[in-house]
Amino acid sequence: MEALLQHLVNGLVLGGIYALLGIGLTLIFGLMNVVNFAHGEFYTLGAYATFAALALGGVPFLVALGAAIAGGVLAGALTERVLLRPLRGESIDTVMLVMIGLWIAMQNGELLAWGGVAKSIPHPFPTAPLVLGPLSVAPLRLFVLGAALALIAGAHLLIQRTRLGRAMRATFQDPDTAALMGVRIHHVRTATFALGSGLAAAAGALLGPIFLVYPSMGDLASLKAFSVVILGGLGNIWGATLGGVILGVAEELGAGYVSSGYRDAVGFVIIILVLLFRPSGLFARAERIG
Amino acid sequence: MLAVRDLAVHFGGVAALGGVSFEVRPGAITALIGPNGAGKTTAFNAITGYLRPTRGQVLYGGAPLTGLRPSEIARRGVVRTFQKTSVFPALTVADNVLTGLHLRGRAGLWSVLAGRAAVREEEARLEREAADIIAFVGLGHRRGEVAGALPYGEQRLVELAVALAARPALLLLDEPAAGMTGAEKETVSGLIRKIREQGVTVLLVEHDMRLVMGISDTVIVLNHGVVIAEGPPAAIQSHPDVVRAYLGTARAGT
Amino acid sequence: MSRLGPPVAAALALTAPLWLANPYYVHILIMAGIFAILALSLNLLLGYTGQLSLGHAAFFGIGAYTSALLTLRLGWSFWLGLPAGVGLAAAAGWAIGRLALKLRGAYFVLVTISFAGVIALVAQNWMDLTNGPLGLPGVPAPELGPWSLRTKGAYYELVLAAAALAWLVCRRLVRSRIGRALVALRENEPLAESVGVDATHYLVLAAVVSAALAGLAGVLYAHYTRFVSPEVFLFTYTVTMVIMVVAGGKGTLAGPLVGALLFTALPEALRETVSWQWQMLAYGLILVLLVFFLPRGIVPTLAAWRHARRP
Repeated sequence: MEALLQHLVNGLVLGGIYALLGIGLTLIFGLMNVVNFAHGEFYTLGAYATFAALALGGVPFLVALGAAIAGGVLAGALTERVLLRPLRGESIDTVMLVMIGLWIAMQNGELLAWGGVAKSIPHPFPTAPLVLGPLSVAPLRLFVLGAALALIAGAHLLIQRTRLGRAMRATFQDPDTAALMGVRIHHVRTATFALGSGLAAAAGALLGPIFLVYPSMGDLASLKAFSVVILGGLGNIWGATLGGVILGVAEELGAGYVSSGYRDAVGFVIIILVLLFRPSGLFARAERIG
Repeated sequence: MLAVRDLAVHFGGVAALGGVSFEVRPGAITALIGPNGAGKTTAFNAITGYLRPTRGQVLYGGAPLTGLRPSEIARRGVVRTFQKTSVFPALTVADNVLTGLHLRGRAGLWSVLAGRAAVREEEARLEREAADIIAFVGLGHRRGEVAGALPYGEQRLVELAVALAARPALLLLDEPAAGMTGAEKETVSGLIRKIREQGVTVLLVEHDMRLVMGISDTVIVLNHGVVIAEGPPAAIQSHPDVVRAYLGTARAGT
Repeated sequence: MSRLGPPVAAALALTAPLWLANPYYVHILIMAGIFAILALSLNLLLGYTGQLSLGHAAFFGIGAYTSALLTLRLGWSFWLGLPAGVGLAAAAGWAIGRLALKLRGAYFVLVTISFAGVIALVAQNWMDLTNGPLGLPGVPAPELGPWSLRTKGAYYELVLAAAALAWLVCRRLVRSRIGRALVALRENEPLAESVGVDATHYLVLAAVVSAALAGLAGVLYAHYTRFVSPEVFLFTYTVTMVIMVVAGGKGTLAGPLVGALLFTALPEALRETVSWQWQMLAYGLILVLLVFFLPRGIVPTLAAWRHARRP
């Protein structure tokens, strides 16, 4: 029972990060019809940016997090502007090849820049766990969970309450009508990709200090993000949020009670099963943003 | 030959087709007409397996077609064309028609891999058949050209040739003359007559009333997803319900 | 020239180990042959049916592990391990095809990636069977009657024969009514169905043949390097296949061969000056640049040039 609670708490922390990854990817997938295989690379970017800011720049932890997110947003905007905008109207498969190319290029760029040795990100939290009754949680993990929840809430607010969010929802529903209503589709697409990449970078920046940072860490992140998106249904932000939590908890339970070697198989199996038996996602009434 | 019984298709809660029944007699040209949104294309899609009907039955030669995949329905001799131009755009006209001849070939994986002589003979036979069909629709001079690059009217003829290549017993044509010039329409109605003379039963959806009234044996009128009239062209043209529901709106629209 | 071309090329290919003094060049040709089979395999799906599989490393790995295990553990001959590896890969292709080919495009890609991921995890974790990450050393070299095919020259001839066979399989297939059905599904699936092309049947058939060829490449790889580890499932292999097919020209018969030769020889030529990471970085950039500037690939572009220059 105590072990179960412990797994649930750890799963929740992971789940928050997966939700961040998933929300970013589902926005890009749903609104831009881009299968972003490079999503995990923005996650890696966020982790290395945090590392660089802390270890080399010597800035405070929170500033480093902010810098990482800003880096992700900028890199995302640049990617959309340079690679995706010229390809608008091309088939989804063509764009997919470009994103696969970007993925490989970014990953090996990181490898060249930082070397293959894993790095650990220093953080200011005490290492002694907080003991709450039967549970013991590292303060860092609590912080990560809190930050993830705040970012998720922020993303929801942005999409539901702001002008940009309204434009995004309108574009998702029907780009042509949205354009007629005066929505500047180009800007919305750039903003969407930047937001999605920023969220991925945030996920990397938050999870980096818990685990290690290494160049191919993005592959698993992409995989998890895709499982979350598929679980939640395309373009469904609530679905991605819930999907992230489910995946995180399922992985912790799987690793705890089945075999830790197969931890990452959970994501693969989810993708296969959901796509084969419930392709519109578990929570889909209709595909929509919001 | 084809019996449609109480065929209904609902999208969400909306009935695109609300329980339609009609029959197509063998050897005849039957036209399905009605204003936009009357459910004609929906009926085609449900008959040929592209849509699963909400209720009702489609019987072909007494056997149900409902629930079969489009390719299985084609195998039984029911072949349809599409409202929007639909060819294999990157292939030549000849390859388009050869692809349409798919069911006329027998070669399976092993004989193909073994490079059997029978496979080569079959290919030669199929190429001759394709050439005949291309000549039949009058595109002999276009045989080697890429279908996607042909003018609109000729693409529609390629589409017809592809459907004919599947050797239908019942051919369903979805607006075969839409967007065509007067001369092209003449060609198409001539072709439809010739197709019928070869023993193929035709069911067509078409908006051009002159064409419909000129070639059809029976006209079925759909409105709001139900049949409101059925009979020979002359009777339909003077049918009060049709004049009110259909011809009236069509006139108002043009 | 055009009539003399093929026999001369064949003669040159067959005698390559004799006039290539350096065994290292023969090694490159062997790897190019194995990759050519992989590229032909992927091209059958990506080029002809239009469905991209990113799980082909799994079929490659299944072929490699099957034959390696059967020859190592049960003492089977290579000549029995070979069809077993090909057969098991084909069976996996059938299963994946049956399950996943009701999906298209990105969804199909994701299922194939996941399938490869699961297979790789199994190879890593099922210690009793696969020896885990340590891999299986000592995979025997094949023998042909009294001769061992241990030497590079002899193994090269084996790979050349296999690649020629793979090419012939693809050529016969795509130039038949089966190939036309595959292209029809790529070009316009509803229309293809309307003239009786059973989409599932033909897509699964393509997946089976494609998986079998990838399995064949895996068997050849295992008995050449004589060592199999979970590295055979590396995504690098899949990416290399994709680049070879896209660069050479997807949906052509010559494209995968050109792509395989180019992208095996080029990295080897640059190996001295350029590290492996730079090479992969370049692969990524090349893929992006290809889509922008040479979307049809080398072979179709050259063919179009020749066509345009001829009056």
